Amino acid sequence: MNVFKIATLGTATAVLMGTTAMADSHACAITDGRVNIVGNEFPAIQSVAAAAIACASGVDAEANLTADHQKINLAGMSGDPAEYTSAVVANSSIVALINEDVIRPLDDLVAMFGADIPARQLITVDGNVMAVAFMANAQHLVYRSDVLEEIGMDVPTSYEGVLDAAQAIRAAGIMQNPVGGAYAAGWNLAEEFVNMYLGAGGEFFEAGTANVSINNEDGIEALEMMKALTAYMNPDYLTHDSNATSAEWEAGNVALMNMWGSRTGVLMDDEGAEMDVYSNTVAGGPLTVGDSGNAASTLWWDGWTVAKNISDVDAAATFQALAYATSPALLNEETMSQAVWLMDGFEAQPVNKGVLATVAAGASPYPMLPFMGLLHTAAGDNIADFLQGNESAQQALMDIEAAYTAAATEQGFLQ
Amino acid sequence: MKHSTFFWFVLPSAFLMLLFIALPVVSVVTQSLYTSHEQVLVTVENCGPFGCTPVTSIDQDATQALQAEKPLGKWAGLDIYKDRNHLAFAEVASAWVNADGLPDFGKTLMNLPFYKAMAFTLTYTFVVTPLTIILGFFIAVAVNSVAKALKGPTIFLTLLPFIVTPLVGSLILFWMVDARGILGAGLQWLTNNPDLSVKASTPLMWIMLMVYGIWHAAPFAFVVFYAGLQTVNTDSLEAAMIDGANRWERIRYVVIPHLFPLVTFVALIQLMDNFRVFEPIVSFSAQAHATSLSYAIFNDLGGETRLLSSAAATSVLTIIGIAILLSPVLIRTYRDFSKPS
Repeated sequence: MNVFKIATLGTATAVLMGTTAMADSHACAITDGRVNIVGNEFPAIQSVAAAAIACASGVDAEANLTADHQKINLAGMSGDPAEYTSAVVANSSIVALINEDVIRPLDDLVAMFGADIPARQLITVDGNVMAVAFMANAQHLVYRSDVLEEIGMDVPTSYEGVLDAAQAIRAAGIMQNPVGGAYAAGWNLAEEFVNMYLGAGGEFFEAGTANVSINNEDGIEALEMMKALTAYMNPDYLTHDSNATSAEWEAGNVALMNMWGSRTGVLMDDEGAEMDVYSNTVAGGPLTVGDSGNAASTLWWDGWTVAKNISDVDAAATFQALAYATSPALLNEETMSQAVWLMDGFEAQPVNKGVLATVAAGASPYPMLPFMGLLHTAAGDNIADFLQGNESAQQALMDIEAAYTAAATEQGFLQ
Repeated sequence: MKHSTFFWFVLPSAFLMLLFIALPVVSVVTQSLYTSHEQVLVTVENCGPFGCTPVTSIDQDATQALQAEKPLGKWAGLDIYKDRNHLAFAEVASAWVNADGLPDFGKTLMNLPFYKAMAFTLTYTFVVTPLTIILGFFIAVAVNSVAKALKGPTIFLTLLPFIVTPLVGSLILFWMVDARGILGAGLQWLTNNPDLSVKASTPLMWIMLMVYGIWHAAPFAFVVFYAGLQTVNTDSLEAAMIDGANRWERIRYVVIPHLFPLVTFVALIQLMDNFRVFEPIVSFSAQAHATSLSYAIFNDLGGETRLLSSAAATSVLTIIGIAILLSPVLIRTYRDFSKPS
């Protein structure tokens, strides 16, 4: 966890940063090749892509950043030559690209052009560097300090504490639905279940196999807690993704929510919200559920890859442009607060507190398993019925297991 | 027509139909009969910013060797069709044996993704199609009697719902029925229930999706019927008037019989369109309440791991579904045309 120690060192590294930035600008002399980046769309990735394109300005360089990146990156990298020379991925989405063998090991390129990339940024799979990470992300509590003060309660550290605070806020007549959360049926809802289930101390698979095992007490505890929370949410919660939940927050309707660290910057700036909302928005730590003591959150990294089916010249150009874009040269006043950057020279900002606290609390990284995506999809399709009171928690868990098993059998993970 | 003339005349269209209709269908059917190879799994060590962990991963070399041997994948026959995420034969059979009466059986059935999707898709198709036709017809009759100077603008405004892209049109309605939107707040005021939320209730969500479907498709029915109305024989109408028929009787006995072949046409198109209901489910974020076969295909292809065979099987089931749905109309049309006149 070297980066987080560095982060706290703060000013000392800021001096270093200036010199490295100058040194790195030499690396940005791409004369040949092609760069085309596909990735998700949020401020940190936009900054990285813009820097990479600026670096490769002498050659053919473009980026396609969209929330639907996962639907197009595999198709866009399967051709020969691949349309996209790089995909910006996270620890969940890199798995699909590795499964289909469309990204190349980067060891040779690291040796040639990436000598100054710190080891913590290199994502290795079976000894091969497959991606270069540039930021860390996690979900954690975001709260309204003024509202908690008004009801005279401390900042909750557990979901049980969130329920108590929510009840007090509702009883005091401050807000009708004080709890928020990205509970939109599908990927978001499944992500909340993954967090909660790990927080309850569960394991998704029988060790070393693709056999799912979530129909247990931890699974029921996780689902029951999710349902208890929804009682304090806007009744439309099944349609609220991270964007809609953030909008609810900025409208001042919500006082407590589990939210992505990469989105807290938007909540705490002075755009889109009243002053008493944004100035009292604070990033807290991760929450626990029950008595397991585990953080009910997962750690994520975002990083870039290089496509396999492209020429060596294109690969070299892509690597150099992105290595430059994720070097300390990227960090300035504007970008510093956009993410928990993994580069040297990052100084933690108040908005980053939540992610750093989640790392410090020892939350587990989101599982990088080839069949985890199938379980995630199965969970996203089958939890809403339970939350709406149409079936028992056990039935929902059985449905998830059955849907996963059918899909994993089709994909050849199970016989 | 000489045979050779006929041959050269239809050749381009036959070729295009083969290329764009027959081949994709063959490809989808083939895909649905094969699954991925057995994945060769190995345990490797992954390292990253959060430390190193041993994880299960796919052995690329071994998997590639399997793939090179049989590029299509593993022959699965009808296994995909029979699995739980599609027709779920085993689950339905066990539910039939174990169910405590028909309602319990129905409940178990609705818990299976295919039958849940079919329940909504069929309800949607059979509610939206007739209502679209009826509404479209009445709009056509109404517009037809508007003063000549106003006709152009009226037709344009009436066509707007059909011109607006479905994704955008449904998003607009989605925000209007939000608890804080104009329609949502209006409903709360009307029912005197401040907690009423369209997006949180399955029945209301179904109704909203169907209202959207009718709103979107009615202009299509309207424009077809309006064109038909221009060809109604004015002599017959005048004769009916002289015979003392009122406005309704003239519509009932002269206009409707005249437009009936168009009803078949609109019904055909609408049955096909509505069976493929998709955009409003995405725009309304309605997947917790309503899914359709098209949505299931989208879901299979949109996850982190694409389920190609599953999506292909659902596509074939959709084609079969449309064929069954259209067969009565097609048989009727065929009979009408093969009647000796």
